[in-house]
Amino acid sequence: MPVSIEPLPTSSKSTVVLDGATVRLAGDSGDGMQVVGGQFTATSALHGNDVATFPDFPAEIRAPRGTLAGVSGFQVQFASTDIFTPGDTLNALVAMNPAALVTNVSDLEKGGILIVNSESFEPKDLKLARLETNPLEDGSLDEYRLFKVRLDTLNREAVKDIEGLTSSLQDRCKNFFALGLIYWLFGRDLAATLRFVEAKFGTKPEIVAANEKALRAGWYYGETTEAFDHSYQVEPAQLEPGTYRNIMGNQALAWGLITAAKLSGKELFCGSYPITPASPVLEELSAFKHFNVRTVQAEDEIASMCSAIGAAFGGAMAVTSSSGPGIALKGEAMGLGMILELPMLIINIQRGGPSTGLPTKTEQSDLLQVMFGRNGESPLPIIAARSPGDCFEVAQEAWRVATRYMTPVILLSDGYIANGSEPWLIPSVDELPQIPVEHPVASADGEPFMPYQRNEWLARPWALPGTPGLMHRVGGLEKEDVTGNVSYDPENHQHMTNLRAERVARIADDIPVQEVQGPSKGKLLVLSWGGTYGACTTAVRRCQADGLSVSHAHLRYLNPFPRNLGELLEAYDEVLVPELNMGQLRLLVQARYVRKVVGLNKVKGKPFTVSEVADKIRQLLG
Amino acid sequence: MRTELPVLKAADFASDQDVRWCPGCGDYSILAQMKKTLPSLGMPREKIVFISGIGCSSRFPYYMNTYGIHSIHGRAPAFATGLKAVRPDLMVWVITGDGDGLSIGGNHLMHAIRRNLDINIVMFNNRIYGLTKGQYSPTSPIGKKTKTSPMGAIDNPLHPLSIAIGCEATFVARSVDTHIKHLGGVLQRAAEHRGTSFVEVYQNCNVFNDGAFDYVTDRQTKSDQTIELEHGAPLVFGKNRERGIRLNGLEPEIVELGDRYSESDLLVHDEAAVEPSLAYLLSRLRYEDGFPEPIGVLRAVDAPRYEEVLNTQVTAARDQRGEGDLTSLFNSGETWTVT
Ligand code: SF4
Repeated sequence: MPVSIEPLPTSSKSTVVLDGATVRLAGDSGDGMQVVGGQFTATSALHGNDVATFPDFPAEIRAPRGTLAGVSGFQVQFASTDIFTPGDTLNALVAMNPAALVTNVSDLEKGGILIVNSESFEPKDLKLARLETNPLEDGSLDEYRLFKVRLDTLNREAVKDIEGLTSSLQDRCKNFFALGLIYWLFGRDLAATLRFVEAKFGTKPEIVAANEKALRAGWYYGETTEAFDHSYQVEPAQLEPGTYRNIMGNQALAWGLITAAKLSGKELFCGSYPITPASPVLEELSAFKHFNVRTVQAEDEIASMCSAIGAAFGGAMAVTSSSGPGIALKGEAMGLGMILELPMLIINIQRGGPSTGLPTKTEQSDLLQVMFGRNGESPLPIIAARSPGDCFEVAQEAWRVATRYMTPVILLSDGYIANGSEPWLIPSVDELPQIPVEHPVASADGEPFMPYQRNEWLARPWALPGTPGLMHRVGGLEKEDVTGNVSYDPENHQHMTNLRAERVARIADDIPVQEVQGPSKGKLLVLSWGGTYGACTTAVRRCQADGLSVSHAHLRYLNPFPRNLGELLEAYDEVLVPELNMGQLRLLVQARYVRKVVGLNKVKGKPFTVSEVADKIRQLLG
Repeated sequence: MRTELPVLKAADFASDQDVRWCPGCGDYSILAQMKKTLPSLGMPREKIVFISGIGCSSRFPYYMNTYGIHSIHGRAPAFATGLKAVRPDLMVWVITGDGDGLSIGGNHLMHAIRRNLDINIVMFNNRIYGLTKGQYSPTSPIGKKTKTSPMGAIDNPLHPLSIAIGCEATFVARSVDTHIKHLGGVLQRAAEHRGTSFVEVYQNCNVFNDGAFDYVTDRQTKSDQTIELEHGAPLVFGKNRERGIRLNGLEPEIVELGDRYSESDLLVHDEAAVEPSLAYLLSRLRYEDGFPEPIGVLRAVDAPRYEEVLNTQVTAARDQRGEGDLTSLFNSGETWTVT
């Protein structure tokens, strides 16, 4: 049964125009908050807003229902202006139960809209949330605009006539009722979500009908209830012209990898072992066999790294994706990839550490791990994505570097980027730069093949098995320069170590100089990398608008650093490095450029808020 | 145009590197047999890749004039998996040892076997750690005195063939470094088998575990202490083929052929049995339990190969969905246009 996409009546209530809003949908992890959050994002993006999201969910698949540990939330900021973060404080919060309320309400602005399911505040619910009194009655929510909605009853009422729907299935639609209400509140169109519902549940007509009814009932509830006397409107943003779609970080990364393979005329191989938050990359790639993508779900992290090396030796575009704990296991094989001088990508989607740490939370604490976490002198280039859409470009750039310099390249992302989403300007495939890759053939004059002969990039030839006359053996033992034969010669070892370091260092000549937003010299430079891009950009812009002398440089290349970085740092009295770790980039910068920099450090499993960074800037300039 | 493949000789497979095993090491003989066997397979040198881990045996690729990777400890099967997944056209050999393959790399061995990639795994079993100078290995017998087990090893040994059959390997065989002809034949069969071939070679480490396989190699005793397997033939052994193995219920037992038992009472070897129990039973015939140890092919069955199924899926996906197109991928789902 197709859903009816008939348009809604125009709201009869007045609307208030806003520049933007930040909304969080929070409930139990079984309440489907991630689904409706994703829908709200997609619909807002389709509406033309700039959007940024922050899904936040527990590590347990089904934590005990109704408990604080089981709360799952999805935050969306949408605006008619450029935005870079999912927002600091909430303008509206939907709380499906007391646990969701208590864990989230402190982020809601005073006077903000608070919508709660008033029927989930029974004594047993309060107890699960460790509440002694009912916050809906004890006055603790007085400073918010509280809307108590009898969600259970209203939703059941809406779907009661649908045949074949058990009462538990009826209740499962609650999230769509809540979404309908939010759609009314912000003047959103239902069409995209209705199409989604049909595509997702098409084979189960009763579920399609129920979700549609719930969504519409939520919308009409907003329209008819006296509780809401006006709705809000956020106009489309002035984005660069072109066709857009909404994209998540891990999806953009997978697409970037497929694109890089195409642009280099290679077939993509991904050997990975499931790990949060990197698994979606393997999952996404597994679905792209029609792009000649081959995936192996290896028996462990070590095997996944080794399978990638094997595939690289065979001439594929080889990739392995993981997170910190997995990268730790891959370490020895990464060293082999380094000394074999074969191109491949090693993706680390960072999560909270150490050890198993906080699997579903974000952190940037693996920078030193990927920089140094191997035995011996083992330098590898490191490139970091700054936002969900940026993963697409970074994947291609990493592969360009890997093939030109014949080296494994480490690509850093993090849980925040991986699960976040943003509007993405769809590129024209024809305009994407090709990634040239060459393989040698035997010389006509019968000269013996030298597997460690280097070109102007200090890269050795990528000779593929199957090529007559180029038979050679590679391995983890130190090699003689040029011939690649095993060598224990002391001078040779020093020489090869120098060469391997020099080869990575030279990449600095081949990457763009570091750009700065703001004055090219002055009192303060904010130097950031990775997923803190949005918070740092917004904070610096805000402070600049307030007339403060502050500039911002966001690093994509962590090893080697851009060639002008040292000079650039010299142009400022002070340098601030905000990082979601205890000072890892700060350590590298201080060691490399022998100058003191200030850190802003946090490891709470959450991204920086804009005000955390802005406050620090103000404090330093104060 | 027809191009004739050049006829290769064993010497064509020798690399220019000096072989550095200890004089008298069993590895030399395995290397020689490999070089002798390869020319008969009709595979050009550039299509062959040897991959090894770490240990004495793992130096092997350096001595072959083919492509090769001397990788890291225990992981050779994982490298082979990635390579074979993207290059099914190559003939891939994994050279490993008892420590490399069963201790540090046990997990990878098990998974390579169960995937049944078309690769050949040759395990040099010398029941000792040679390269690190004489510590007990996962195949060393209980009581083995070594540098790290001065009062005798207390770990139960692993039995390579039993492990391989437990993982349902589609080809399982055993040979001995000094049984030159037999070894060559087994390597040839392993190479010809389509699927993962697992070959255990009893290899004498004359420096750290000399004589570990004397019971198999000694001219006087070898026909009493080994049993050469032949597909479809009863299990007969002994200098004068005077003894055999029969099943008493589920237990194997040794019987004298003559008045009471004839060859028709004996267990008949069936390497093609789909059910691996017989092969497993053979793998459990052990010298220390008073049985002759089987030499030859224990199991050779056909099963789908990982890389073939993977590539079939790739082709099927292309047939069903058309060759992947980036522009239509990017524009799939909900999009909107800003003017
Ligand atoms: S230590 Fe043993 S196994 Fe190793 S090369 Fe010497 S004899 Fe051969």
